[in-house]
Amino acid sequence: MLTLQCPYCGVDAEETELHAEGEAHLKRFGPGSSDDEFETYLFMRENPKGVHFERWRHSNGCGKFFHAARSTTTLEVFGTYSAQTYEPPQDIKDKISAKYPGWSWRDFS
Amino acid sequence: MSNAVSALEKTSFEGFAKVSETGLRGMITLRGDLSSKPVKDAVIASTGAEVPDVRRMSRGSIGDVAWMSPDELLIVCDYRAANEVVTTLLAALDGAHALAVNVSDARAVFRIEGDGAREVLAKVAPVDLSTEGFQPDDFRRTRIAQVAAAFWMNSDDSFEVVCFRSVAQYVFDVLKVSAQEGGEVGFL
Repeated sequence: MLTLQCPYCGVDAEETELHAEGEAHLKRFGPGSSDDEFETYLFMRENPKGVHFERWRHSNGCGKFFHAARSTTTLEVFGTYSAQTYEPPQDIKDKISAKYPGWSWRDFS
Repeated sequence: MSNAVSALEKTSFEGFAKVSETGLRGMITLRGDLSSKPVKDAVIASTGAEVPDVRRMSRGSIGDVAWMSPDELLIVCDYRAANEVVTTLLAALDGAHALAVNVSDARAVFRIEGDGAREVLAKVAPVDLSTEGFQPDDFRRTRIAQVAAAFWMNSDDSFEVVCFRSVAQYVFDVLKVSAQEGGEVGFL
């Protein structure tokens, strides 16, 4: 079972206490954007085999959203971090690089 | 004024641990910046308790204060005192950006006591309830079987569970089954 540490309350929460909230680090394209940008924002998602960044919510707990970096193949969790950020913290990126040299995910590597 | 009654009117069940509904309890939700001075001062002024640490509960002369999330506290006090605590809170906050509401009637409270109290909860909540993992005054917001709930441990090793009033019967039934004689696991 997937266990993620909530960065807000420090609990090692297991899957049933959490809710998956889709891909992390989406940039919103709203009013004023082109149709293509809006379509991409709404529908186009990464579906990698390997390193992935996800948004989770500690729904049966403190109720806060946070981000998690993990591998979709091995289910290894590289770390969780606050949702108030535009990119993953360096220490998590380093951890991934140690395991998967040359990895990339959208604009991150 | 109408005659306020609690969800299950103090129903209780005795298995290898005793589960009982505690009756009416005052509960106040306070949201705001917990590290700011106005909020800290208002909590002390209205309850006598300090703002608790993460996942902890602090005790005061008028009320106990529990950590619900990075920007939310739960004040537990006497049912009849709740409105007065809210009034004191709001006065002490004096316009600071925060919110305090009396939610007493939206909740139900259960007490679990006896040697097997830890086990009764451990079977229905995904929480480490070992003696090292959960100590008196620890507070945890989680789920009980299929519904959201929160609980804390008192200094007499009893637990108190808070849930929404609408699911009070469900939570009582779940705890009852978990506390049934013969259902002891004997691990904790």
